[in-house]
Amino acid sequence: MTAQTLPPPRSSIGPAAWMRDNLFSGWLNSLLTVVVGGLLLLVLVQVAGWALTEARWGVVTSNLRLFLIGQYPADQAWRVWLSLAIISTLSGLSAGIFGAATRTLGASLAAGQVLIAVLGVASDVGWVASAALLLNAALLAGAFVVSLRWRIPRRPLVILWVVSLPVSFFLLSGLGTEAVPTVGTGLWGGLLLTFLLAIVGIVLSFPFGVLLALGRRSALPAVRILSTVYIEVIRGVPLITILFMADIMLPLFLPGEVRLDRVLRAMGGITLFSAAYVAENVRGGLQSIPSGQGEAASALGLNTFQTNIFIVLPQALRAVIPANVGLFISLLKDTTLVVIIGLLELLGIGRAVLAQSEWFGAQLEVYVFVAAVFFVMCYAMSQASYRLETAMGVGTR
Amino acid sequence: MTDQAALPVAEDIIVCRDVHKWFGHLHVLRGIDLSVRPGEVVVIFGASGSGKSTFIRTINRLEEHQRGTIVVDGIELTNDIRNIAAIRSEIGMVFQSFNLFPHLTALQNISLAPMRVRRWSRERAEEAGMQLLKRVGIPEQAHKYPAQLSGGQQQRVAIARALAMQPKIMLFDEPTSALDPEMISEVLDVMRELAGTGMTMLCVTHEMGFARAVANRMVYFDEGVIIEEGPPKQIFEAPTHDRTKRFLSQILH
Repeated sequence: MTAQTLPPPRSSIGPAAWMRDNLFSGWLNSLLTVVVGGLLLLVLVQVAGWALTEARWGVVTSNLRLFLIGQYPADQAWRVWLSLAIISTLSGLSAGIFGAATRTLGASLAAGQVLIAVLGVASDVGWVASAALLLNAALLAGAFVVSLRWRIPRRPLVILWVVSLPVSFFLLSGLGTEAVPTVGTGLWGGLLLTFLLAIVGIVLSFPFGVLLALGRRSALPAVRILSTVYIEVIRGVPLITILFMADIMLPLFLPGEVRLDRVLRAMGGITLFSAAYVAENVRGGLQSIPSGQGEAASALGLNTFQTNIFIVLPQALRAVIPANVGLFISLLKDTTLVVIIGLLELLGIGRAVLAQSEWFGAQLEVYVFVAAVFFVMCYAMSQASYRLETAMGVGTR
Repeated sequence: MTDQAALPVAEDIIVCRDVHKWFGHLHVLRGIDLSVRPGEVVVIFGASGSGKSTFIRTINRLEEHQRGTIVVDGIELTNDIRNIAAIRSEIGMVFQSFNLFPHLTALQNISLAPMRVRRWSRERAEEAGMQLLKRVGIPEQAHKYPAQLSGGQQQRVAIARALAMQPKIMLFDEPTSALDPEMISEVLDVMRELAGTGMTMLCVTHEMGFARAVANRMVYFDEGVIIEEGPPKQIFEAPTHDRTKRFLSQILH
């Protein structure tokens, strides 16, 4: 009587069995399947019919430059493409070296640029911009291949990333010279502004939030109280209020000759707001680490700083990846709120475009386009988060 | 007890005098006097809640004692952070629940502290780490994560991790209590080998076979005080105190 491994009965596997089990398991379920399936088909046909025949997509293609870079001068647009080229190259290198999440983000960046390039050919941005974007995508792919082929050390790449952010910023805002004249941030808009607000917000609020979380658990009363008060005050106030404060009240407190740029103020407001939420997420992660971890580290002679850096934070931050990515996705979407202080990011540009008399009544087209762009960005982030979780979950409980 | 206390203090590597500890209102250590000579293996046993774990945790300041003195290798344990660091660098500790770092491989668990505290190069720390993994018998598990190892293997990695800092003293806090029965002996074998090298060891354990074979001295804790101590032979064959007799009869049958 030895047990044999037998294949499962034919009727229990395969698509037919799946459909029988899940869609047609009884007369009621069969009925529901047919009705719901019919409704879905009806909706799909209607939407496809509208999108392919009725919709006036010209509102997007003839305003694509506005959607992408707002009122940034057309003859200076090369600076945007060049910044994107820097970021694309670094993303490509990172995708090869770090793998996992950076690969998802890199692929999304390349695909996004190719899509816009294709859209761009038939639009007002022209074939030069399209060619530049295609080149960027190619650069990204090339850098990826190079980084897979030759081993590139990690540290210089991280330094390049850190350097690239201010470099891109000054490339965009200009140096006041003839070749690179200043472009006031008031002219920045569209996807460019959405991107900048989100990236700066994410990159700065994360370390700030981690420090606040550690501060809230600090043994030093002054640090602990300050962190707690900051977190609670910021979390008790809506983002719109903070943006208003940054826009209207901050200049009142600053001496007259100090004029902080409006975009910088928005970035500051978003960063300060988001940091409080990052801090609470990270605190949750810190609390999930058993006290034995800290005890083992102390017994080995690690000091508090080393224990946090090498033992507690790596585990705590990994535990809160899903929560933090969720937070960053809502940060990306919350950048649309800067419209109330007069900045025209992607959605704001959409509303401005609708004010043009020739595109009167094209709301649906504009909002569908804006929604699609946001969806693609958010979906890329959540996919990257899944890959990050899998990659960092190796060998853990 | 008297002949222990009569030993010259300079010879003792651990000297505890009248150590008291409270958790809130609960008086868990009520005046512990214990001295340990270099190379001695001391087994501490007693009912749960008798303060034995708390006591060995005061020796490397995982718990703060509130009265009395603790001197380790000539350094007094005070609130001075330099003294605490100096004492911790001489003491290795093994926990009941292993407390390995789950995000690091076995080898990384072992090499982390030498690299960060002793400032060894990665090569040196990893080479020493591999030597230790060989010593505890699991060099082939070097690149696995703790969750991929059995309980016995995890505890052996934890011992290797403590030894990596080249301590003079090892504290064991019920090192086999969380293990499945078939894994206990592999950990005890490592501890026995370690005792053979002349390591000073304080072990909180109920492994009486290990105590009988390896310990130089056994100490019985009851309600925060030491009520009996002596060589294993004496403790097992002629315990003087009723409570010791009762406890031993409960765990030995």
